[in-house]
Amino acid sequence: MDPLALVAVVVLFVLVIALVALPLRSGTAEAADERERRDIEALEEAKRAKYAEIRELEMDFRTGKLTEDEFRIQDRARRAEAVELLRRLDALGASQVLAAGPGPPVGAPDASRGEA
Amino acid sequence: MEGLGRACLVLALLVALYGVGASVYGARARRREWVASGRRAVYAVFALAAVAFGVLEYAFLTSDFSFTVVATHSSTTTPWYYQAAAAWSSQEGSLLLWLLLLSMWSSLVLFITRRRMRDVTPYATACLLVFAGFFAALLVFSASPFAVTATPVAEGTGLQPLLRNPGMLAHPVFLYSGYTLFTIPFAFAVGALIVRRVDAEWIAATRRFALAAWLFLGIGVLLGSRWSYTELGWGGYWAWDPVENASLLPWLTGTAFLHSVMIQERRGMLKVWNASLILGTGILAILGTFLVRSGILDSIHAFGASTLGVPFVVFIGVLILGSAYLVVSRQDALRAEHRLDSLLSREAVFLFNNIVLVALTFVILFLTFFPLIAEALTGTKRAIGPPVFDKFAVPLTLVLVLLSGIGPVIAWRKANAENVRRNFRLPIAAGVVALLALAPFTYEKPLALLMFAAGAFVLGTIGQEFWRGVGARRAMTSESAPVALVSLVGRNRRRYGGYTIHAGMALLFVGVAASSAFQDATDERLSPGQTVSISGYDVTYERPTGELLVRNGRLERLEFGAVLVVRKDGERVGTLRPNRGYYPTNTPNAPIRAAFEGEATSEVALDAGLRQDIWTAVSPELAVLDTEIRNRDSVLVAAAQKAGTNLDPVRFAQLRRVYFEQILKRYTDNPPPATFRLIVSPMVTWIWLGAILTFFGGLIALWPAARGDRAVSRATAGYASRVARELGRA
Amino acid sequence: MDPSRKRKTRLVVALAAAVLLAAALVYTSFNTSSEAVDPGRLMASAVVGRSYELTGKVANDSVSRSGRTMEFRVRDREGAASVPVRYTGAVPDPFREGREVIITVRKEGAVFVGEKDSLVTKCPSKYETAGETPS
Repeated sequence: MDPLALVAVVVLFVLVIALVALPLRSGTAEAADERERRDIEALEEAKRAKYAEIRELEMDFRTGKLTEDEFRIQDRARRAEAVELLRRLDALGASQVLAAGPGPPVGAPDASRGEA
Repeated sequence: MEGLGRACLVLALLVALYGVGASVYGARARRREWVASGRRAVYAVFALAAVAFGVLEYAFLTSDFSFTVVATHSSTTTPWYYQAAAAWSSQEGSLLLWLLLLSMWSSLVLFITRRRMRDVTPYATACLLVFAGFFAALLVFSASPFAVTATPVAEGTGLQPLLRNPGMLAHPVFLYSGYTLFTIPFAFAVGALIVRRVDAEWIAATRRFALAAWLFLGIGVLLGSRWSYTELGWGGYWAWDPVENASLLPWLTGTAFLHSVMIQERRGMLKVWNASLILGTGILAILGTFLVRSGILDSIHAFGASTLGVPFVVFIGVLILGSAYLVVSRQDALRAEHRLDSLLSREAVFLFNNIVLVALTFVILFLTFFPLIAEALTGTKRAIGPPVFDKFAVPLTLVLVLLSGIGPVIAWRKANAENVRRNFRLPIAAGVVALLALAPFTYEKPLALLMFAAGAFVLGTIGQEFWRGVGARRAMTSESAPVALVSLVGRNRRRYGGYTIHAGMALLFVGVAASSAFQDATDERLSPGQTVSISGYDVTYERPTGELLVRNGRLERLEFGAVLVVRKDGERVGTLRPNRGYYPTNTPNAPIRAAFEGEATSEVALDAGLRQDIWTAVSPELAVLDTEIRNRDSVLVAAAQKAGTNLDPVRFAQLRRVYFEQILKRYTDNPPPATFRLIVSPMVTWIWLGAILTFFGGLIALWPAARGDRAVSRATAGYASRVARELGRA
Repeated sequence: MDPSRKRKTRLVVALAAAVLLAAALVYTSFNTSSEAVDPGRLMASAVVGRSYELTGKVANDSVSRSGRTMEFRVRDREGAASVPVRYTGAVPDPFREGREVIITVRKEGAVFVGEKDSLVTKCPSKYETAGETPS
């Protein structure tokens, strides 16, 4: 191997080790509230899906696929399910947990946080 | 430099192995820093693969023939963009491209989801690194792109002329992106099953990845189809070739998954089905990758029988067994929450759609592997032709198209039968009108006629949906129609993106039906001045053409062609210029004959339009030139022998070129007859337009919806009003 | 009908349809398939009138064209056995001596006649020719 390539290999090796080992220097075990936070995120997603379902239901009604009666029945049922999700979220102390430590909006990369 | 490339691959393999361990350890010990380290291993693999790929591309672009792959797949006379593409026309380069794309897409997805599904992503990371490690291992031990020779040749063999087409640049990249993107939902399914978290978050993430994969794979398949149509000399766009079929299979199951996962989202049903489907899709993607390079099935795409067959088969076996184990052992997490409410529901239509798609997949899988199945069962290998595929695929596709028109009209959970009847009036009318209007012209091809009617039905449904949707929106917001349309689609991207896809696919299948059922093809031997009639057109062979093409000071090819004039009712409507290019070899004792001993490719001439395409390829008869070629060869050989070691290569090349010009002139001055293949296919353009519309719809569906603010409300207000408020905010 | 019976009926119907499809598939595929052979086997056991899918390499110096018909010999991948083939139809671009081809043939007398447009030439991953020596 020519010397330039050898140098490049060594540099790459060092960079890769650095990239991969960097997080290990700050060893933090999972915080106790991690599990809770994950459950909250999962419920938040379920809530979003439920809201989307309610909106789609209204869309179905307005484009003539459901009668008004059927729409009301189903809408009521879906909203009740949404309320249940909100209740469960609140039980987990969602408002406090979320207000306290600003996690990023789910799905958006948060560059400022430095996690990569 | 090849040492750098090789070292990168070895390093990538090691990092991948490390990453698997780090991710799994981090997951089990709940140590976030190890999970992060494992994720960074993916980024590292991407960086290393990129450097290795860069080294390879550099070698190709500088025509460094000490690299074996460069010498055997490229040449100095290959244009630079085809030199770049030549990197992945080889077995080794294509594997490196696969690794690069896998690690790239994995890095992107893992970065985006780094703070989500924290119990699932470490296992998904490990799974993706296993894939990466497999391909890295192949590259390190079996198929290294960085093999070198101590005695490089002066000129490479060049890129196979058939591959010198813009489609060649894009088709493999899109196809491999599709394949690699399907490994991502596979990996997330594996992770979700391991930790038993198959929930809304998993659905939302996986659906998006699967849609992206579906989009890329679809584009890749389509580019291959278009390449076949415009580049190869048979004038078709789909041959049911084993490799074509293999690329279609994960796309079909992926389509099924995209629909059935919505049922799981709403009703918590079909969890086992969906898990199996997405795992199967990932496996089919690897199967497709394997098939193209294994040589186990006779195909036009043979990379040649290779030693990679065994590792791939073992790997696929491991994937199948592992997936089956996961699904079976996690049955408790996959229990259905509800049952189907009614057969008259969108869920039911999606279910039927799934059944048809899986049936189609199974049919194509069976028929593709039939030669091997027959051999296993009866001892003799048997072969089947395209007509058998059509026999099953056409009716199934017809049902699929019909379903795609029915689904949008039916509500979720339970549709009102009266409403459904009312809503179908317009689309059925559209279908019936199309049927009656076209029947007099097309009754001989009933299946095609049914497809036209089905297409009209679907377009009627979709049109009605957009119309009503805009109407509903305007009733709520009093926007103008165009604005309402935009905001309607913007706020219901999945729905209207999906509708657009359905419309596009309907157009596509109408185009397929028309162009296959009503094609007119003929092979004619014409002398200049002669005319042939086809499909109401008169095609005249006006005159021959002959041209010498030089690149970078070297002879690239000789072109023998024709100018054809197309007339309809006496009026000139188009000109076609097909030709055949001959790429010279390097035969020292027959320098002129050498031009005709090498590769020859047809340059297809295509006059495309909305109503039909006129396609032609020419086969010139060059036997009349034999005497001239022989004479000039003997002159050149004698001159070379006489000069001996004093031969001036520049003058020799010049003289050779002069003789080529003379031969070309001899052909054009006194042209022999040539054989033309002429094909008039109706509505082929609708296939491409339908595909573009489909992918446009896919983009709409894929576009991330603006996430509403996290409505964190400590309000004392009741839950119901909170729901109402949060709904209104988005 | 109570729900569980409804479900069972649906399942039975679905399974029956699947079985029918599978049966149709197996029947059609075995009936319309042709035996895949190499030249040696073809020479030994060809039956007149039956079609075969022949795979092999184009023998060197065996190709001759007259008008739209082409005659050539297909030989075993490794071995000497070769059969004469007469073919009228589209000739794929990569077709050359030494290349692997697949063609559907029927025995007619001493020659095997290729079915129109059934000739497939395998796309070689390597391109064996070279350009001019550099000037």
